Amino acid sequence: MAGSDYDVAVVGGGLVGAATCWGLAREGLKVALLDEGDRAVRASRGNFALVWVQSKGLGLAAYAGWTIRSSNAWRGFADLLKQETGLDVCFQRPGGFHLCLSEKELEARANNLRRLHGQPGIVEYRTEMLDHGQVAKMLPDIGPEVVGASYCPLDGHVNSLRLFRTLHAAINARGVTYLPSHRVENIAKEGGEFRLATAHGEIRAGKVALAAGNANMRLAPMVGLEAPMRPERGQIVVTERLRPFLNYPVVTLRQTDEGTVMIGDSKEESTDPTGLTLGVSATEAERAVRQFPLLRNVNVVRTWSAIRVMTQDGFPIYDESESHPGAFVLCCHSGVTLCANHALTVAPMIARGALDTSLVAPFSARRFHVQADG
Amino acid sequence: MFKRTDDIGETITLKVDGKPVRARTGDTVAAAMLAAGVDHCRTTPVTGAPRAPYCLMGVCFDCLVTIDGVGSRQGCLVPVREGMAVETQIGRREAGR
Repeated sequence: MAGSDYDVAVVGGGLVGAATCWGLAREGLKVALLDEGDRAVRASRGNFALVWVQSKGLGLAAYAGWTIRSSNAWRGFADLLKQETGLDVCFQRPGGFHLCLSEKELEARANNLRRLHGQPGIVEYRTEMLDHGQVAKMLPDIGPEVVGASYCPLDGHVNSLRLFRTLHAAINARGVTYLPSHRVENIAKEGGEFRLATAHGEIRAGKVALAAGNANMRLAPMVGLEAPMRPERGQIVVTERLRPFLNYPVVTLRQTDEGTVMIGDSKEESTDPTGLTLGVSATEAERAVRQFPLLRNVNVVRTWSAIRVMTQDGFPIYDESESHPGAFVLCCHSGVTLCANHALTVAPMIARGALDTSLVAPFSARRFHVQADG
Repeated sequence: MFKRTDDIGETITLKVDGKPVRARTGDTVAAAMLAAGVDHCRTTPVTGAPRAPYCLMGVCFDCLVTIDGVGSRQGCLVPVREGMAVETQIGRREAGR
């Protein structure tokens, strides 16, 4: 890589890319972060901000272990970010709830968890099914329609907009070169280095890490990788700031450190980030009021939709290229939950030039091929 | 602070933080509070700074008050009624109120 401008070029300045940059810079590498502009379709500005464990891994047991690894690393990660930037991302892990509004929902929830925890090779952790009375001890404001819930003590949440800002402050302080409006049009490997073509010229780097969310689908084939994605739209409803009443995040509803209540877990097969389906917001609000009747008269101050980064099977993809050594791809839906892993575990692997298969082999995109040779 | 420019005419009485306030029929809650010399109607959720009605046309949301037990009402858009109970809203609204 002699003569290259950078040791590593990271493509994509959202939570995944910024966390990866931070981890690479901590390894002492010279890093460039190529990002789109202010109008980029960016899940990092629209997400729900959970650091979530329960439910993860049905269909791919290793995903549960990978998620717990990040959940456990999050406290230390948040502390490191605070030391470096003075900014508090408000990470909290009080445990989280999945509330059920009918016996049928509760039964489906219990069945799902039984299937999840019954998989061969799944890491052991506690998720409990609770009845109305047990839930009410921890969430005194639930409505009578809440028949029960699942509770996992490993669940938590952060202030994700502040996390986004904090990561950018941290990489800036560590000397990462941030290049906005550098949409990558083409990547070629020539003379032992990667050449990334943008409207503002060519960037040369010894390695390249693709962290461009759903756009990885376009970029990965340029370096002999693949990222089969299935973008999905979600919507969120945000209330005015309220005095604290909710001490635990619920998978569909949480009160932020600043007092607003965020509501939403919708899924639509749409890639239009500019629209909003009113009926979806109405359904989210209606369920929220049934869960917490005291929200009935609360004012909504904002709604938004955002496009989820989603692989075709919902599990992360971490791969390194065989045809273009030094090229890596990172795709995942849970950019907040897995942020600590990307910063503290994956970035050092990229710095060393090889993914640690003992940790990330299950997440290779080779799983999408029926004829997979392992 | 403010003086009415014409005769107050027909009046009703509402309560602001428990104290009786005389207002003209047709006043908004915000106008009645300003006319009665109330110097702030709420404090902000983050810094606790005092706020008084400002735009008086439903845009700025600085006149938020609790009216008859319901928080975050825009005082400039709600006409006064006899016996209405208005409360200064301190900081973040309490869910359920």
